Amino acid sequence: MKILKLKIRATTLIATAMLLLFASSGAVAAGGAHLEHSGANINDTASLQRGAKWYVNYCFGCHSLSFMRYNRLAKDLQLSEEQVMENLVFSDAKFAETMDISMDEDQAKAWFGKTPPDLSLIGRSRGSDWVYSYLLGFYKDESGAWNNTVLKNASMPHVLWELQGIQTPVYRQETSENGITHEVIDYFALTTPGTQSVEEYEETARDIAAFLEYVGEPAKLERKKLGVWVILFLALFTFIAYLLKVEYWRDVH
Amino acid sequence: MAKSASSLSKIAGNTMNWLDDRLPVTSFWNAVMVGYQAPKNFNFWYYMGSLALLVLVMQVGTGIFLTMWYKPSAAEAFASVEFIMRDVEWGWLIRYMHTTGASFFFILIYLHMFRSFLYGSHQAPRELLWVFGMFIYLALMAEAFLGYILPWGQMSYWGAQVIINLFGAIPEIGEPLTIWIRGDYFISDATLNKFFALHVIAVPLAIFGLVLLHLVALRENGSNNPDGIEIKANKGPDGTPLDGIPFHPYYTVKDIFGVGMFLILFSFILFMWPDAGGLFLEHDNFVPANSLVTPEHIKPVWYFTPFYAILKAVPDKLLGVVMMGTSVVIPFFLPWLDRSPVRSIRYRGMWYKVLLTVFTIAFIRLGMLGMAEGTPAQTWEMRIWTLAYFMFFVLLFFMSPGGKTKPLPDRVKG
Amino acid sequence: MSSDDVNKGRRRFLVATTSAVGAVGVGFAAVPFIQSWMPSAKAKAVGAPVEVNIGKLKEGQLLKVQWRGQTIGILHRTEEMVKNLPEVDPVLSDPESLKAIQPDYIEGESRALRPDFLVVNMHCTHLGCVPQMIPQVGPQPFDSGWKGGFYCPCHKSKFDLSGRVYKGVPAPTNLTIPPYSFVDDNTLMIGVSPQGAV
Repeated sequence: MKILKLKIRATTLIATAMLLLFASSGAVAAGGAHLEHSGANINDTASLQRGAKWYVNYCFGCHSLSFMRYNRLAKDLQLSEEQVMENLVFSDAKFAETMDISMDEDQAKAWFGKTPPDLSLIGRSRGSDWVYSYLLGFYKDESGAWNNTVLKNASMPHVLWELQGIQTPVYRQETSENGITHEVIDYFALTTPGTQSVEEYEETARDIAAFLEYVGEPAKLERKKLGVWVILFLALFTFIAYLLKVEYWRDVH
Repeated sequence: MAKSASSLSKIAGNTMNWLDDRLPVTSFWNAVMVGYQAPKNFNFWYYMGSLALLVLVMQVGTGIFLTMWYKPSAAEAFASVEFIMRDVEWGWLIRYMHTTGASFFFILIYLHMFRSFLYGSHQAPRELLWVFGMFIYLALMAEAFLGYILPWGQMSYWGAQVIINLFGAIPEIGEPLTIWIRGDYFISDATLNKFFALHVIAVPLAIFGLVLLHLVALRENGSNNPDGIEIKANKGPDGTPLDGIPFHPYYTVKDIFGVGMFLILFSFILFMWPDAGGLFLEHDNFVPANSLVTPEHIKPVWYFTPFYAILKAVPDKLLGVVMMGTSVVIPFFLPWLDRSPVRSIRYRGMWYKVLLTVFTIAFIRLGMLGMAEGTPAQTWEMRIWTLAYFMFFVLLFFMSPGGKTKPLPDRVKG
Repeated sequence: MSSDDVNKGRRRFLVATTSAVGAVGVGFAAVPFIQSWMPSAKAKAVGAPVEVNIGKLKEGQLLKVQWRGQTIGILHRTEEMVKNLPEVDPVLSDPESLKAIQPDYIEGESRALRPDFLVVNMHCTHLGCVPQMIPQVGPQPFDSGWKGGFYCPCHKSKFDLSGRVYKGVPAPTNLTIPPYSFVDDNTLMIGVSPQGAV
């Protein structure tokens, strides 16, 4: 019995270790950009509420959340129907409907080069660290156009520039392995301040990242809570089943 | 209380008699469960078969429910999965059970197959048992591949693109073959709908049939055991093996415990970590399929990556496909490649222990490299482990007849 | 196999306990699957109550709206239409709507919260066709003594201006009245019963 337990424990450990090994091999951002840790916490309802507010005021004009329903948002973020309808709905959408926008696709292509994507699932395809880093990564490059360290040459302007201010990069020379010297961004200087301090803007970005993480999977909080109970119940069941097994196996040997 | 209990059991008894007169219920149960003498020294490795059966049932059950809401068209598939995740009551749970179940199916099957490498369960007279098992494995791989296209995400689309294009490498018939598989000139709605039909009906039926054959073949010769000796060689005065115990109640009770332990691990992943860091649910698949945008890194789901690594290791496309195919086919022949006079690793020479360890590391390492980008250094490493993988079977064939073995015991040990 | 000292009592207890806990577990596990069959959030959104502005609906006019996949008719009845309702009783199958499907708060011959507005499910209770509204009193090809009402062309069922079914036609019951309430004098909410009503 002890040996069995040890073996099971060992295998579980090895399996989990392998799983983590496998999983961690894909953790770097696509394109190799370094990602800041967002600290986004979807358990913080206030943060999600702020994130919803920021999103609707700054992002929702172009980016739909067509898999998210207003009434679901209300329930999960502990907002009343009135609060949602007054503060988050600017179309004639009903409370039970999805968060679609009415941007003309052809117009969007003309302005931006391509239709701004729906962001319902960006919390899952990219993750909250990516969203956070993206919102912090806007800068004005030498040509005076907007650029972003996480998504180079994205056609999206920095819609939050009034809050963050405008950063411009300070370059340094770097020599790569094969002896070629080129410019890399050393750090950012805030050449035009925004209405928010650095900490305030980081919180704004964090709130938006948390909000989008929630939108990516609204069931996440519920499933974790339920999971604890399920595992506890199964532990009870397994314990009783173990007693049953031991009782019968007294016969053997 | 006692009276109603005894009258209840009387009703139950009468019902069973009525049934037994018309259907061999009790006799079947007795023959297959109570009458089946199993070795008493089954260990951890012997849980996997019954657990795999459990997962099969769970996959079919959750799969049936998913088809109630899933829409198998290119236009609607992706949205229908999100519909299940958000709008269907408990849809998220059913979906996660299915994705978690798929990965656990492979974990269990790999462990289940490894048991045979350990204890020689594939050796005579159980060769056919092993072969049926390999066919189930093949069917499972097909089922998983067909299923992965259904969410119609970026990885669904591009993964299918890469794998189907492999068939294009076959000379002469390759190109028409890919068109025939796709049902179109490129991966489209036609492909999706066809794969849906195969995934939901055709392959599950095949799996059921193969599992049945697998179990019947098992029953025919009885189970092997960690010592690799035949328990039927030592029968008691009543004709039953001295080292055998009836499957029911001893292994039913043990397997119930096994199910409990398994469900705890399964539930942990399902409720706490269903993505498994992108292994069980790949991040790119949360982006709708787009034929104009190729993901930065196309890779199959983790359970295919060892073979994918073998494909990538070979510089030539056709040869790579051939090598990958061979790597899947060669284990079919294990019962004939393994000519060891003893079954269990416990009594084989050190050479086999070393060989099997290297093989295991090779398989795992190939799996990890199959997921990686494929830098030159990684490609060289993939080649080394590919060689190790094939060398296992080659060396096994040549070294298994000879070599030192330990004397076999008469009776099973623990 | 040694089987002396088998504690049958303990075994029975453990089997019973394991089975009981297992059954509870299976029960818990079944709940999500059974619940999943309930209407989805999408269905509930589409099946949400429908607000109707009746401020511009003229007397004698019929307005049709969709609610839960059904065509709901809102008829602005004249005083005379309401007054003449009892006259039709003798030819009706269920004049007091005893067998009809309607909310508890709908009573009387007018079958409405406010007699001047009939809110009725426009699907014939025979096989579901939508009847035509023929409000005028006077002989019709299908009825020489027509007092106004609804006529279903599919199998010739007849209903009066309260949706009550005539005798001798295929339709078994009066037209169904859906739950509804008045938000204000000019606004109806179909799908929501009045406050406090069952």
